[in-house]
Amino acid sequence: MTATFKKEVNLVFECETGNYHTFCPISCVAWLYQKIEDSFFLVIGTKTCGYFLQNALGVMIFAEPRYAMAELEEGDISAQLNDYKELKRLCLQIKQDRNPSVIVWIGTCTTEIIKMDLEGMAPRLESEIDIPIVVARANGLDYAFTQGEDTVLAAMVNRCPKKDQLTKPLQAVSFIDTDSLQKEKGPKYDSINHDKDLVLFGSLPSTVVTQLNLELQRQDIKVSGWLPSQRYSDLPILDSGVYVCGVNPFLSRTAATLMRRRKCKLIGAPFPIGPDGTRAWVEKICSVFGKQPQGLEQREAEIWKGLEDYLQLVRGKSVFFMGDNLLEVSLARFLIRCGMIVYEIGIPYMDKRFQAAELAFLEKTCHDMNVPMPRIVEKPDNYNQIQRIKELQPDLAITGMAHANPLEARGISTKWSVEFTFAQIHGFTNSRDILELVTRPLRRNNSLEGSLGWTQLVKSTV
Amino acid sequence: MKLAYWMYAGPAHIGTLRVASSFKNVHAIMHAPLGDDYFNVMRSMLERERDFTPVTASIVDRHVLARGSQEKVVETITRKDKEEQPDLILLTPTCTSSILQEDLQNFVNRAATESKSDVILADVNHYRVNELQAADRTLEQIVRFYIEKAKTQNDLATIKTEKPSVNIIGIFTLGFHNHHDCRELKRLLTDLGISINEVIPEGGSIKNLKNLPKAWFNLIPYREVGLMTAKYLEKELNMPFVATTPMGVIDTAICIREIEAILNFTNQSKIDKEPYNFEDYIDQQTRFVSQAAWFSRSIDCQNLTGKKAIVFGDSTHAASMTKILAREMGIRISCAGTYCKHDADWFREQVSGFCDSVLITDDHTKVGDMIARVEPAAIFGTQMERHVGKRLDIPCGVISAPVHIQNFPLGYRPFLGYEGTNQIADLVYNSFTLGMEDHLLEIFGGHDTKQVITKSLSTDSNLTWTIEGLAELNKIPGFVRAKIKRNTEKFARENNISEITIETMYAAKEAVGA
Repeated sequence: MTATFKKEVNLVFECETGNYHTFCPISCVAWLYQKIEDSFFLVIGTKTCGYFLQNALGVMIFAEPRYAMAELEEGDISAQLNDYKELKRLCLQIKQDRNPSVIVWIGTCTTEIIKMDLEGMAPRLESEIDIPIVVARANGLDYAFTQGEDTVLAAMVNRCPKKDQLTKPLQAVSFIDTDSLQKEKGPKYDSINHDKDLVLFGSLPSTVVTQLNLELQRQDIKVSGWLPSQRYSDLPILDSGVYVCGVNPFLSRTAATLMRRRKCKLIGAPFPIGPDGTRAWVEKICSVFGKQPQGLEQREAEIWKGLEDYLQLVRGKSVFFMGDNLLEVSLARFLIRCGMIVYEIGIPYMDKRFQAAELAFLEKTCHDMNVPMPRIVEKPDNYNQIQRIKELQPDLAITGMAHANPLEARGISTKWSVEFTFAQIHGFTNSRDILELVTRPLRRNNSLEGSLGWTQLVKSTV
Repeated sequence: MKLAYWMYAGPAHIGTLRVASSFKNVHAIMHAPLGDDYFNVMRSMLERERDFTPVTASIVDRHVLARGSQEKVVETITRKDKEEQPDLILLTPTCTSSILQEDLQNFVNRAATESKSDVILADVNHYRVNELQAADRTLEQIVRFYIEKAKTQNDLATIKTEKPSVNIIGIFTLGFHNHHDCRELKRLLTDLGISINEVIPEGGSIKNLKNLPKAWFNLIPYREVGLMTAKYLEKELNMPFVATTPMGVIDTAICIREIEAILNFTNQSKIDKEPYNFEDYIDQQTRFVSQAAWFSRSIDCQNLTGKKAIVFGDSTHAASMTKILAREMGIRISCAGTYCKHDADWFREQVSGFCDSVLITDDHTKVGDMIARVEPAAIFGTQMERHVGKRLDIPCGVISAPVHIQNFPLGYRPFLGYEGTNQIADLVYNSFTLGMEDHLLEIFGGHDTKQVITKSLSTDSNLTWTIEGLAELNKIPGFVRAKIKRNTEKFARENNISEITIETMYAAKEAVGA
């Protein structure tokens, strides 16, 4: 064990640049189309992309979602057909059938490789068909899984209104009563924060949005808007002087765009995952807004008290993150605080600047809990990781879906990493849900092994 | 460009990988960007595979793209050669990487010199063929490669087995009830005194491909995958094949008779032996072992008379099902269709005379529209038609891929052979309302659909919900809303809160474990 799990004093970063698996970044359409209720997502790619959305994510067109594939065929690839005309034809059809407030074009690896000029075509087509078109390059050449959301949000930053603009996002107002909108928006921007606006970015289900808003409201801080908003026509005002803070660790491009294009002030905080993270996140925002946190410590303590039954199950247990959704550092930090030992944090991409506060918090947590620092392995090699898992025999491996069954068959308890992407894990209120997920395989396998007495379900050893 | 929401058959590389990962000790390398490697997820999840899927993605990222991918691909191949020591490494691009127009054959040649295992490039056009065509092509390519290799090495096993024997070609991973069908076919063939020489690709070893010619003939249960291989073996080694799918009592009998003819032809030289005759076996199985023939005659099924159904699926299953329903069950088929557009002529010919119309399309919306128009009493289709049926309140039996986790039952559910006829009869029976039920429904005016009045445990009503609280409650998905409401009210009562706000709701949630 010591060979691969040395006691480190500082965080160790490695980059294996291996062959690893994550879901394609175009998966973000699966949650973003639900989040932005008046949107339509058009993924411009091949049959491979379409089959992925249909299969791996299990999202069929069952609910007639507001997304579709623009499937590139041989004629498109060999440039025998005119991209602009083809996209116009499809977008007109979408406009007629669904009439969305915005069409988001999701570029893929294929549009990158054939160098389709989506950014060039969008403004032309937008003015021609009179629907805003946002272009995001959620391709697997540059990004992994959840970073797809990052590309979409970064693209949307440019569509957020500025304070001096009376109109809402470009052209989206045509059928909305502007007066009532102004009335609605009006009071939001004065009141309690005194001219300091706070916009949070990251896509979360509306109930979690409410919870985090309430959490800040308790500290007398009013959230003036979220990116993305529930409706495209309600995108928040972004201007210089607006404070922005992220809720997800994979949004580094969005953060950079907010700072560069809108001169917003980024609040760099740990992410509001787990009671410890949520408290640190709220505290950081409070400090920027010059507020003394009220009852926060007590609130955190109460949440921890409520988690005690789960904590008893995880204390002293070890966990191995193979790396998938870029939530790994925050989750690892929370689990270490819960008393777990983290052997390895695999992560597809590590932006040390955007995650700086989270990394420092991880380091502090390790010191506080007196456990060794985990290795952070960027772009891990899944084959090597399996060898390490074999050697370390962690109590739990958090893995992609392709590795879960084979590991279970070899007696390693696993949890799908994607579940943390889709479950509600942010804020004080949902801390329990994280532990519910983490402990499920432990509870289940405990009860099975107790009565059945076998763990290995493959003929030869690993 | 095509606006697409859903597809029946996947992209070509999926077919190639299905074939490669079905063989034992074959490793496939996907030359693809991150995210294109979801095949591993599909196989691991759907087949509940215990072993790691023998497919590795050689990731193409911006870096690799800039430098050229040769180094990366060759390195991945040679590395897997050492780590897994496979007999064969198969390289495939995806739709995406195939447009890079790299000389992948050259990569393969280079890697082959450094590897112990054989290395080949799957030769498939990713924009012209679908999953099934690619699987057919890849299987043929692998078989051809090893037959030719054996020929040059002079160890091709050309001497036929003493007793009749068969190769079953086209059973593979992620197929529709393929494992069950294979077991049933083995049983059927054993009953006929025919031994199984090789089953490929599922569970087969490429080292044994040189033994394929030992069999007397090849059996191709599904025409989507295996036909190309059978034709190659016929042309190259003069091996006869049977491609009649033994599905339903009539086609199973036809299949057995074709086998009989081949055995007798092969056996000609051995004058002293009696000719093979399976008629007694067919008769016995049809009338007494399989329950299907009796079932459709039984009084229970009289109500099937004149019922309308629609059939849609891959060409093998849709054609067979159409014939079974029309000939063996006396059901009227308003429309039979397939998404295997490349096989349209064969399909039309097979179902002609058994249905009112034929629909050849890979556009699921056309199938849905057709179903809505015809309003059949039952549908026999894919998961998509099942979904359409749910929306229209028409029962649907699933008879064909694309596969779904439900198509991997743990119990024995073949569609082929005589046990398959029973399964299909059950499926048909469960898809229609039959017998007395039909009349009772008429008498009582449909099923009792009255809602069960929701039980509420909160008896005292001194609790009020604020408007915001109620709005928040309504955001919670319906199936857990009542539980959350109950828990919140319980919490409120315990804490002497009379007005429930959003804060109360979340405080209640946080307090659950306390």
